[in-house]
Amino acid sequence: MTSAVEVHHLTKRYGSMNAVDDATFSITENTITGLLGRNGAGKTTLMRLITGQEFATSGTVRLFGATPVENAAVLQHTCFISESQRYPEEFRIKHVLAGAPRFFEHWDAEFAEQLVDEFRLTRKQLIKKLSRGQRSAVGVIVGLASRAPLTIFDEPYLGLDAVARQAFYDHLLADYGKRPRTVILSTHLIDEVSQLLEHALVIDAGRIVIDAPVEELRSHAATVSGPAEAVERFIAGHEVAHRDQLGGLLSATIAHVTEADRDAARAAGLEVGAVSLQQLIVRRAGYSAADAPTMISEGTNS
Amino acid sequence: MEEGRPIFRQLAEQIENQIIDGSLVEGQQVPSINEFAAFHRINPATALKGITLLVDSGVLFKRRGIGMFVAEGARDSLIAARRQTFRDDFIRPLHAEARALGITADELADMIRKDATP
Repeated sequence: MTSAVEVHHLTKRYGSMNAVDDATFSITENTITGLLGRNGAGKTTLMRLITGQEFATSGTVRLFGATPVENAAVLQHTCFISESQRYPEEFRIKHVLAGAPRFFEHWDAEFAEQLVDEFRLTRKQLIKKLSRGQRSAVGVIVGLASRAPLTIFDEPYLGLDAVARQAFYDHLLADYGKRPRTVILSTHLIDEVSQLLEHALVIDAGRIVIDAPVEELRSHAATVSGPAEAVERFIAGHEVAHRDQLGGLLSATIAHVTEADRDAARAAGLEVGAVSLQQLIVRRAGYSAADAPTMISEGTNS
Repeated sequence: MEEGRPIFRQLAEQIENQIIDGSLVEGQQVPSINEFAAFHRINPATALKGITLLVDSGVLFKRRGIGMFVAEGARDSLIAARRQTFRDDFIRPLHAEARALGITADELADMIRKDATP
């Protein structure tokens, strides 16, 4: 499998703070990857570095094997939908649609028109008069209709209602199924998108703390609960992501359990429960501690 | 699909259930990867993984360029496999709960018999 994006020891420093801190990862071509993390974790900076809109302090970025900075050929294949996209003062939706083919080689005008209707917009609406949600819808339309080999959505749903978000997810999946391409979805709404994702990159305080296939994360994580003493015996030797204790009852979230572990826990009379991707990330990704242990599964992404 | 359990396994189980209850019959074509993905709102790679599980175990088979079909004998072999795990999946937890409540094996057997008569 080839990589659409390769990032090597990438760091971006603002003053004394590392917005992106020694990030190394690659994104396999034609996958949907979630870039997940809290607000301020470094998601937007990382995406701006990937799309050549920021200069790295150190490290390298390669898109389809080439550097993105000042590289029109590579950027023609890239569509970055940013939540803070600005348009000229007098721009109407039709101007955005008319200009798009110049930036995106694979632009599908018919698909864009269909999406405009579906998101209940009209071509003559002024961009500056649109609501927050309507502006997000314009971004979603451009991102989907661009059919760019690398499409990046940065928090694309701000202000979108549940119906519009679902329409976005459905169109993304259907169109991706027909025309596979590399999609990066940056979001902090993990539960909403977790089933759409093939791969998860979790960033916290500028560092990549999880880089793994989503189904692997799902099948390896479990919560084991029961009498504290028995749970302690079981979790000895396992890396515990989180623990909750209530009197004599203990519940521990473990990131890596095998089928044999599960059987052993059940045989010991313990309850083995499921962990959602969101729970796992909240518990794993150092959402409280900056120096939380990292869990990077080597070689799964190449 | 429920969160917290591998989605590909849930998809495979759902298809197995449909074969066992007869809503998918042997020789019948199953939906495409993209149709499964769109219906369940899951990543197509995840859907592919679930289908691959069933192809590998011989429940489904591929006809190149046409699609995926339910294999001959799939229903019988699925039922045989489910019977194998029935004790672990259903009887053991039932006994554990019964023991905790002080229900004897005889009382339990009585309850099952009564419940089975319509």
